Amino acid sequence: MHESTDVHATSTQYKSEVRDLSFYYGEFNALKNINMVLHEKQVTALIGPSGCGKSTFLRCFNRMHDLYPGNRYMGEIILHPDDVNILASNVDPIEVRMRISMVFQKPNPFPKSIYENVAYGLRVRGVRQRAVLDEKVEEALRDAALWDEVKDRLNQLAFNLSGGQQQRLCIARALATDPEILLFDEPTSALDPIATASIEELITDLKDKVTILIVTHNMQQAARVSDYTAYMYLGELIEFGVTDTIFIKPKNKQTEDYITGRFG
Amino acid sequence: MSNTDKLHEIRAIIVRHKRWDLMFMAVGMFALMIAVLTFTVLFAQMIIDGMPRLSWDFFTSFPSRRPGSAGILSAWVGTSLVMLVTIVAAVPMGIGAGVYLEEYAPKNLVTEIIEVNVTNLAGVPSIIYGLLALGLFVYQLGFGQSILSAGLALALLILPVVIVTTREAIRAIPVAIREGAYALGATKWQTVSDHLIPYAAAGILTGIIIGLARAIGETAPIITIGAMTFIAFLPPSLVQTEFPFLSFEWLTSPFTVMPIQMFNWVSRPEEAFQLNAAAAGLVLVVMTLAMNGLAIYLRYHMRKKIKW
Repeated sequence: MHESTDVHATSTQYKSEVRDLSFYYGEFNALKNINMVLHEKQVTALIGPSGCGKSTFLRCFNRMHDLYPGNRYMGEIILHPDDVNILASNVDPIEVRMRISMVFQKPNPFPKSIYENVAYGLRVRGVRQRAVLDEKVEEALRDAALWDEVKDRLNQLAFNLSGGQQQRLCIARALATDPEILLFDEPTSALDPIATASIEELITDLKDKVTILIVTHNMQQAARVSDYTAYMYLGELIEFGVTDTIFIKPKNKQTEDYITGRFG
Repeated sequence: MSNTDKLHEIRAIIVRHKRWDLMFMAVGMFALMIAVLTFTVLFAQMIIDGMPRLSWDFFTSFPSRRPGSAGILSAWVGTSLVMLVTIVAAVPMGIGAGVYLEEYAPKNLVTEIIEVNVTNLAGVPSIIYGLLALGLFVYQLGFGQSILSAGLALALLILPVVIVTTREAIRAIPVAIREGAYALGATKWQTVSDHLIPYAAAGILTGIIIGLARAIGETAPIITIGAMTFIAFLPPSLVQTEFPFLSFEWLTSPFTVMPIQMFNWVSRPEEAFQLNAAAAGLVLVVMTLAMNGLAIYLRYHMRKKIKW
């Protein structure tokens, strides 16, 4: 792996460090010995062709793979500042998911009201007081740039929203619990260009509050929203560095071929 | 070959092929009509025979040796109470088993064997459940020839239906919804109770009602455990004036149910009793159709809210 030299030149701290991470679906080795860092309050993008393992990698961060039998992690993902290895078998995946939120590829609101969708993460944590819920729901919806559009119909079903609004609702739902890292799994692949632009703008704004890791199949999107970019191919991390460097003068020939569209 | 010749040929082919459409439609229609007409004629005959007997008195009278004053009071009360026991026993057990199999059970050979068996149990003849209930509930557990035994027998009978529909309703919920709940830090139980069961409720309810509609007409298992064919008193009341206001004495009471009352009347030699049987049959069919109608209504209205 080639790490661009200027990664360490920036003043940001690491929110997370990935050390020698390998992942297996049964016998299939989907991720091979990945080493990478997430910079605090920065956007890191994962790019690469279909099947390169970028979504698999993302889903390691909230232990989503634990939901299905036969999956196995090796190596570590260290979460700072408490330096806990979130992949350790003695760390409860639920604890990890309470610290690290996720937004999925297709908007997946629950068939409940807009309010209940955003409040659900808080309800899971046992929050019962209406005043606290109201405040947190409003804050999350404001952060997701959705408040003005839905404030008069919080009790309506979330399905009545447009696709872009549903995805922002899912972002609000993920934000309501003040996560330390927000994971995005190709969040705009099911959306039209206008909704995509609003989500991208939102991701840029959210950087002040939370560390972001985003998987995207759209290289322009990675270039637009991210500070750091990782290029993956066949389960390996080929190159990782500051987005501008990766896109303007990548060190690796494969990365260059992918980015310039000669491959992928 | 000229263009017109080609066109003629194509048209001939179409005409020939469409003949098969027509033939299949005729055969299909005929098959459908046999089913629909048979039911219509039977139902109409039952209405013609039974309608004149239907009156307030018919519902509030006990059976009698005089056909004109005989009623179905003990039968419909018995059926209602047996159904109540069936619901209380089968619903929590069926939903619990369905949820467990779908969400909790490890995917291994034992689970697979259980799954196949549950599905097959739905096809076991009802008399077998009657024999099981006679041995287990009536004798072994000492519940006697009572409403409790009958309700539990029917609960066992519809349990596979409830389990299978619960599983299907839960499986229809997209993976994305499940993952969405887990990603917010929900435990398995929170996911099940806050999401899966509520979203599957329409499907589960439909399964329960269809199961009950089957149970309400069952005769064989009820006869096997020894329901009365002639009974001229009601079970003790559910509610009482003194603390604790609820009484469970009725559970151990002897009883009869609608289909047995019908069976009893049909086997009488007097013509007039046949009319009573038709009237009781009419009530039973209307009850069953109403339950199925409710199931369709629930499915339609509760699912309208949820679109994946």
